[in-house]
Amino acid sequence: MSILIDADTTFLVQGITGREAVNLVRECLDYGAGAKIVGGVTPGRKGRDIHGVPVFDTVAQAVEHHGATIDGSVVTVPPAFTKDAVFEAIENGVKLVVIVTERIPRGDVAQMVELARERGARIIGPNCLGIIVPDVIKMGGIGGPARDAAKSYTPGAVGVISRSGGMTTEMSSTLTAAGLGQSTAVSIGGDAIIGSSYAELMPLFESDQQTEAIVIYTEPGGRMEAELARWVTERNSRLPIVAFMAGRFMDEMPGMSFGHAGTIVEGKEDTASEKIARLAEAGIVVAEEISTIPELVRERIAVSSGSTAG
Amino acid sequence: MRFFEYEAKEIVRKGGIPTSKGGFATTSEEARARAEEVAGAVVVKSQVLTGGRMKAGGVQFADTPQAAATHSEAILALAINGHDPRGVLVDERVAVKQEYYAGVVWDGIRKQPVMLFSDMGGIDIEEVAEKHPDHVGRGHFSTIHPFSEFQAKQVIAAVGLSGSELNRLVPIVTRLAKLFLRFDMTLAEINPLAQLEDGSFVAVDAHMEMENEARPRQQALLSELGVGDEETRQAREPTEFELAGEAVDAQDHRGVAGNVTEFDGNLGLVIGAGGGSLTLFDAVRAHGGRPANYCEIGGNPSVAKACGLAKLVLSKPGVDKIAVMMSIVSNTRVDIVARGVIKACIELGHDPAEKIAIFRIPGAWEEEGFKILERYGIEYADRSVSLHEAARRAVEKIQGAAATPPASA
Repeated sequence: MSILIDADTTFLVQGITGREAVNLVRECLDYGAGAKIVGGVTPGRKGRDIHGVPVFDTVAQAVEHHGATIDGSVVTVPPAFTKDAVFEAIENGVKLVVIVTERIPRGDVAQMVELARERGARIIGPNCLGIIVPDVIKMGGIGGPARDAAKSYTPGAVGVISRSGGMTTEMSSTLTAAGLGQSTAVSIGGDAIIGSSYAELMPLFESDQQTEAIVIYTEPGGRMEAELARWVTERNSRLPIVAFMAGRFMDEMPGMSFGHAGTIVEGKEDTASEKIARLAEAGIVVAEEISTIPELVRERIAVSSGSTAG
Repeated sequence: MRFFEYEAKEIVRKGGIPTSKGGFATTSEEARARAEEVAGAVVVKSQVLTGGRMKAGGVQFADTPQAAATHSEAILALAINGHDPRGVLVDERVAVKQEYYAGVVWDGIRKQPVMLFSDMGGIDIEEVAEKHPDHVGRGHFSTIHPFSEFQAKQVIAAVGLSGSELNRLVPIVTRLAKLFLRFDMTLAEINPLAQLEDGSFVAVDAHMEMENEARPRQQALLSELGVGDEETRQAREPTEFELAGEAVDAQDHRGVAGNVTEFDGNLGLVIGAGGGSLTLFDAVRAHGGRPANYCEIGGNPSVAKACGLAKLVLSKPGVDKIAVMMSIVSNTRVDIVARGVIKACIELGHDPAEKIAIFRIPGAWEEEGFKILERYGIEYADRSVSLHEAARRAVEKIQGAAATPPASA
């Protein structure tokens, strides 16, 4: 099984006529069983098609053409228009919105997240590459062209959650090379406020029978790791977690932001060393190098299956 | 981006909150004029984007305009933590009955702004929250539903305030919450928020930070405050090297090859993407390497841009070699980055095989990229070589090079 999406998931692409969006459509159509992209939206471009996907002016038109609710949307419109596009998707019944766009002010992200909450929808991102279920479906640019994605991702038992899109693929590729496949990999985005944090995705992995362990990529900035540590401690999760922390050098440079907008350290709790300590306290292993992750995952799976058996 | 105190107080005024009287000055003569306008005792405060002003002597009290001018002269010449002051703020010395704190920040977990209020103002709020949690009121508020005054009232009442204090503070905290959203702040803090002897409240000091991403849509406010586009307002001012990096990145709109930060090492880094750069920078240092810079490549930059970035790093004094490394790329093309960095070496008269310690970028168009690298005899690695291993090889090479005595010495 998988989380968030499966072979039957239908989605649209908002901003579909942009250069990157056109590539993304091709990649998703080519990957696995082929994504069910049922429409695209770019205002003023109704009547065109992108790799066979019909283009509409509004989400409502796409839904009407499809004749049923559309499950998801990948939003790739410029930052100034993203909030409106996401509102449009949610108010037209879309329940899963993947926001690729970066450089969106927090005030806008908070509004999108709040509306999603009120309407029972979920946001992944912004500033993310989307979701992939190996050999089945990908929703977003994650892993790149189908041929490249197939090199990095294989089906298996590890759930991957990452604040960096590129590192989602790097870690999954390392797992794949070591014979450990992935159940679902989610690029959650590198901004200070994102739609779905580690702790918010954990219950989904927890109820996915295929998933036996979680690998996360993390960075300085924000309290998301503290939230995860708290969740793990309180819920006594069945899933062992192996974390990798990048950006340790940033501890020496308070107030500077590197890599992603969300890495700005605004309090003493969000430094790399503080986070590593917090994760370790909750029983989450922090790997020193990416290459050691597969071994740590194997060990942890062995320990946790041993403890359930005993 | 952080605002100077004089700008922050102007933002507070724009939000409809009263502040202590005073004004900004860049010369001692202007400071004298500001003190004359106040017509009373003043405090002269250095305008720097760093803490510890008081301790460093950047805050002085003056009873006369002449004293204000004298103090200003000294403060204007005084660098604090390496920051030269932008000017001085000459403010009236108000007769304070009690100091309060009011602030708004983002809560990334709740994904909403949160108001903070305390009746223990004038000191660091984190310290108050730690030692006297019952003296801090908190309340989240919606970004899509209109703000209502009762939300501010609850937060203030939570620390035990009542009477006219409560009623006079409600509109102030309400206005602060509203200006936080209206001006895209990431931090809006009034500390101290002073109650004067006559019972009225004024903002004595304010700390405001605006989200960088919101600068384009906050142009009106920024131009009223006189903040130019070139002012990054990072924790430290950009170096010439970093500004040159921005120029490389701005030469066209294809992808990113920039976000350069200068460090004091001998190994030049041409690295990407966001998370990959953070990982690689750590990896180089973990193996004992000394990076000359941090940077980020991503979003498939042009050959010219990759070349420009590599040239900039190669030309930095003290750089012996560069390491070209990224996490697996899906959008950026391996062959384009390879062409760019090779072109940079050749145009600067270097042998690419000698200058490029290692090239580790697996992913899109890697076969084409590796072919080009082979032709020039450059050591490259595919995804079977980890980021840390690639970093280790680069460090080993440059340490080997440094061990042999330089020809010119």
